[in-house]
Amino acid sequence: MTAAADPAAIPAAITPASTVRDIAIITRRNLWRIARTPQLLVFTTIQPVLFVLLFVYVFGGAIRTPGMSYADYLLPGIFVQTVLFGGTTAVALATDLASGMDDRFRSLPMARSAVLAGRTLADTSRNIITLAIVTAVGMLAGFRFHNGAAAALAAMGLILAFGYAFSWFSAVLGLTVKDPQTAQIAGFLPIFPFIFASSAFVPVASMPGWMQAFAKAQPVTVLVNAVRALTQGGPVSHWLWQTAAWTAGFLAVFVPLAVSRYRKT
Amino acid sequence: MNDTTLGPVIEAWRIRKAFGPTQALGGVDLAAERGQVLALLGPNGAGKTTLVRILATLLRQDSGQARIAGLDTVTDATRVRSLIGLSGQFAAVDDLLTGYQNLEMIGQLYRLSTAEARSRAADLIERFGLTSAAGRLARTYSGGMRRRLDLAASLIARPPVLILDEPTTGLDPSTRLEVWNTVDALAAGGAAVLLTTQYLEEADRLAHRIAVLDHGLVIATGTASQLKDKTGGDLVEVRPGSAGEFDQVVAALRPLAGRLAQDRERLRIRIPAPDGATTLRAVLGLLDHAGVAVHDIGVRRPSLDDVFLALTGRGATSDPTAPPTAAPPPRRAGRKAVRSRT
Repeated sequence: MTAAADPAAIPAAITPASTVRDIAIITRRNLWRIARTPQLLVFTTIQPVLFVLLFVYVFGGAIRTPGMSYADYLLPGIFVQTVLFGGTTAVALATDLASGMDDRFRSLPMARSAVLAGRTLADTSRNIITLAIVTAVGMLAGFRFHNGAAAALAAMGLILAFGYAFSWFSAVLGLTVKDPQTAQIAGFLPIFPFIFASSAFVPVASMPGWMQAFAKAQPVTVLVNAVRALTQGGPVSHWLWQTAAWTAGFLAVFVPLAVSRYRKT
Repeated sequence: MNDTTLGPVIEAWRIRKAFGPTQALGGVDLAAERGQVLALLGPNGAGKTTLVRILATLLRQDSGQARIAGLDTVTDATRVRSLIGLSGQFAAVDDLLTGYQNLEMIGQLYRLSTAEARSRAADLIERFGLTSAAGRLARTYSGGMRRRLDLAASLIARPPVLILDEPTTGLDPSTRLEVWNTVDALAAGGAAVLLTTQYLEEADRLAHRIAVLDHGLVIATGTASQLKDKTGGDLVEVRPGSAGEFDQVVAALRPLAGRLAQDRERLRIRIPAPDGATTLRAVLGLLDHAGVAVHDIGVRRPSLDDVFLALTGRGATSDPTAPPTAAPPPRRAGRKAVRSRT
């Protein structure tokens, strides 16, 4: 085995081009991992599918929704829930930290941000697959896009964009707890109140006043309302800009936080 | 290979590192040249892994400087990373990728072109005997196969500096021997290799130079034979089978009384033997004359364990997991035993 060349000939800096290539390599790695664990994909899809069946056929009859069928009302909420619960960034990063894989990456002349960006982008690809499955199940249960294909695509884009921003929050979580099992629970519990105290499953107007104040202001409601307007019709711009603001806000806070956590870990 | 860089390619000066109140490294100096294997020998908690992590740019020292091929590990970290191959204590391979995919990915992240990464991956797969497993997910690999894959990954960029943190911990004897042969070949090919080990025979077998690390300080450096000289050369060791025999042996060896080193706890008596066999013959004569039975007797070269004992007053293997041996280490002068059971 011959040793490598003159150190002076070694590329010194991380360039934008090398960063993009590193991100692509890490994203591909994570997509390979997703492809090798179809059971994980199945189980993260079963949960929203069960929710569709449970809410449409069990609770749905008792829930009054203004101007639309319950399936049409519910599915935007289920889409958002699918993306928020289905993310694997926290667990996957904690797993890499625990296994030594992360030390390997850090010892390589690659862009450190690629580890995080490759992870969150792979999660987005996952979300596309699970959203497609959940949409199909929703349509079997009576859900329809009543507002045209362009608006439907915009709705999905909005969910994926928010999901991407949210996965940076998950990244911070995973890098903070550093243990895969803890990351699993820590990633699940805090989302719970946001999903249920929102307009995802029932109209906010049916909640007690103090909870309405929270439910109206929080990002899950905002995103669900935007998606509902885009898929079912109705005034959308109000919810759209608020969703965009939340998405941008999440990115502005959690991208730098995750990167600095990663550097310090 | 370009030999314009003269002098050490791995250098550490006065490296200090503390974790909170605990001092991990208390001012460590090290140097290794091309073609050299430097073994960092020490028990668990001596600071070996901390030093490795600093040299591999994974951790920043509190003070002092580390350089790889003349490049500072802090200010020139990216270039340093392209010059080192790291293989850690825990095999860092992706379980859900195939062996081949693991190597291809690491090669690409070392900035090899995709074609180059693939051809080198294929070469390494063959060289490390993983051909039949190349297309299988790494999670199906045995411990030894994973370690081989991990080592192969650290070699894919043909780095001039290899940093191996306890590369044989937990390996079966035949895999350990393979790793040893690989390290030999790497050094012969001109790489500088820093390896940490708790195994005395491993340092003895592989290293051109050994640095003994204890409580974050290098307490001795030198070749294996230089270190052994510190304990004063060959000795005759008598091992009585019981405490009663121990006393009989001591009585029988009274003519040599001034030279006896008695260790009643371990049932061991040692007599310095600068002239080897002559001393052994004298000891055997005295024991025969007194009609004393012993469990074992022989001329013994000091082991690195003795060195550690001489340097620190403690054995190196305080760790309960005893160092397993792969094969009779060729460079080591083992015990030349003469058994006498009278």
